[in-house]
Amino acid sequence: MSFPWANHYKPSHPFMQWLDEKLPLPRFVYNAVGAGYPVPRNLNYFWNFGILAGVCLMLQIVTGVILAMHYAANTGVAFDSTEHIMRDVNWGWMLRYAHANGASAFFVVVYVHIFRGFFFSSYKAPREMIWLLGVVIFLLMMATAFMGYVLPWGQMSFWGAKVITGLFGAIPLVGEPLQQWLLGGFSPDQAALNRFFSLHFLLPFVILGVVILHVWALHIPGSSNPTGVEVKSESDTVPFHPYYTAKDGFGLGVFLLLYCAVLFFAPNALGHPDNYIPANPMSTPAHIVPEWYFWPFYAILRAFTSDFFFIPAKLMGVLAMFSAILVWFFLPWLDTSPVRSGLYRPLFRKFFYVLLVDVLILGYCGGAPAAEPYVMISQIAATYYFLHFLVILPLVSSIEKPEPLPYSITEAVLGKDDGAVLSANPAA
Amino acid sequence: MVRLFGPFVGLFFAVALLWSFGNGAYVAITEPAAPTAEHEFHKHPKEVHFASDGAFGRFDKEQLQRGFLVYKEVCSACHSLKHVAFRDLQQLGYSEAEVKAIAKQWGTKQPTFDPKTGDRGERDNLPADHFPMVYYAGQGSPPDLSLITKARHEGPAYVYSLLTGYQDQPAELLKKFPDAKTPEGLHYNPYFANLNLAMPAPLTGDGQVTYSDGTPATVDQMSKDVAAFLIWTAEPKLDKRKQTGWAVLGFLLAATVLAYLSKKQVWSNVGGH
Repeated sequence: MSFPWANHYKPSHPFMQWLDEKLPLPRFVYNAVGAGYPVPRNLNYFWNFGILAGVCLMLQIVTGVILAMHYAANTGVAFDSTEHIMRDVNWGWMLRYAHANGASAFFVVVYVHIFRGFFFSSYKAPREMIWLLGVVIFLLMMATAFMGYVLPWGQMSFWGAKVITGLFGAIPLVGEPLQQWLLGGFSPDQAALNRFFSLHFLLPFVILGVVILHVWALHIPGSSNPTGVEVKSESDTVPFHPYYTAKDGFGLGVFLLLYCAVLFFAPNALGHPDNYIPANPMSTPAHIVPEWYFWPFYAILRAFTSDFFFIPAKLMGVLAMFSAILVWFFLPWLDTSPVRSGLYRPLFRKFFYVLLVDVLILGYCGGAPAAEPYVMISQIAATYYFLHFLVILPLVSSIEKPEPLPYSITEAVLGKDDGAVLSANPAA
Repeated sequence: MVRLFGPFVGLFFAVALLWSFGNGAYVAITEPAAPTAEHEFHKHPKEVHFASDGAFGRFDKEQLQRGFLVYKEVCSACHSLKHVAFRDLQQLGYSEAEVKAIAKQWGTKQPTFDPKTGDRGERDNLPADHFPMVYYAGQGSPPDLSLITKARHEGPAYVYSLLTGYQDQPAELLKKFPDAKTPEGLHYNPYFANLNLAMPAPLTGDGQVTYSDGTPATVDQMSKDVAAFLIWTAEPKLDKRKQTGWAVLGFLLAATVLAYLSKKQVWSNVGGH
């Protein structure tokens, strides 16, 4: 799709004309991220994070494929092969740190991207499908990151795998056989490590596939924007190239600076020291914690400490942890306000910031030991989390009185829109 | 449908959570967690600085050599160093011939197996060999030290603190927790997670190792040196990593400035930015 005023691809070089007839790949790129894609002129820097997420995915695939050339998925040597990469493979230390911190960077970027979506209600019609595909990508990312963390076969790898695969055991009736079938044993071991490696290699390409659908779906209605007012005329947009390629280029530079600062000067800051101890099924670490990007959900899992009627606490925890993400699928229908942007929704905006703080609290508690007061704090924070999405959001959308919206993006940017005057007074 | 059932699902989770919260609060009030000796007497590692600290820090090779000497004379009796090869020692400033000699004279030999005769034997170490496995039959299981400074919180300071932290059990601890008396065969050290470890103080007196560079071999100095050496064994590419890092950041900074200027240029004809 495109707006009627979109630039058209006109190849001048004979070779490009020839190529355009046989396989219009340059035309495709031109219309997707080139001058042929009109984009709202008022996107702020939060709109950089989609591209940044794409860069992170490519970075992870490239470093990951090379690491896989040197890694051995065997419980006997997996840990040693990781150290071999760190010591004896040319630039292996850089590849591994780039990959491990790349996962963290990917999640930082994607969390900003998701909360951008929350604040500006990017999930609302006509962009529901983009949002739904985005949640699918996030779920796939979580699975991929979890399995990747198991591969070095350190203490946290092993015990993390044990705890997370143990969640399947909470499913009534079929839980335990299902868990053993998935693991290929009673506990994570050679069979599990091998299939985790296989899936960890496969899933990024599945993610890439869904990302392509995500971007395709984006190009149907076009990008949203901070006002939440749809594009009305040509003056509301600028061509993606050079305007947003330039803006994204600058954003990418800032991102890479931060990422490389961590990669080269504090590459283990986000990891756990226990993962430099080889996996030992006979010795349980004092505190089993996942990587930081799982902490909010881990806190929700652990918040259920009492059986609820006939439902065991563990099953409640598992249900809640998955529901905490699955609820995002229903956002387009839970938030019924006709206004998209949080900039014009005073009440919604307040609750958005409460949610942001709430998730940060959950994250902190998820990384802390499973002891008081952290468990009680996460119980309150998790209560708010569910009430926010399922009770408060629908309620706010129906009682809130939004602030007046600008007529158009142009008016929001320039303070006036000549097109608006024309259409309001056709006689003038 | 979603708007009809959504609030019920939300309230379901909320009530279950508050039920857990209530139970937890009741237990916390009626049965407050008892204090433990580990909780009250465990100490965080001491403040200590190494030449390799910080973004500009580099290894002090003389210190690494002294630390290697401490490992060789003291630690290597019980602790292996399996991720490090003798050839790696050249990075500490030893010559190829010196490394060859160190490998040849190393006390623990490399095990050999002759598949034709089935005989097991041993041979001298070669520079290409990794440090040989050390088998320890006594109490406790000495961990491999290759990665120890990355496998503990504040690893280098932890190693230094543990080595210099041996002491008699405080009277205060025994008075408050009579059951927490250090068991026979273990040794009290407040820097160890559960306060008692199987390893007796390995560095007991000044001059235990003879340094060739004239540095006084105090217990404090030897502990610091071996901690520095173990930073190197855990991250031999540390210097190269930081060096590369500065080059990368320098390049990225220049590229980002250019990207900013071109962004400004491109947007200069569009209002509002």
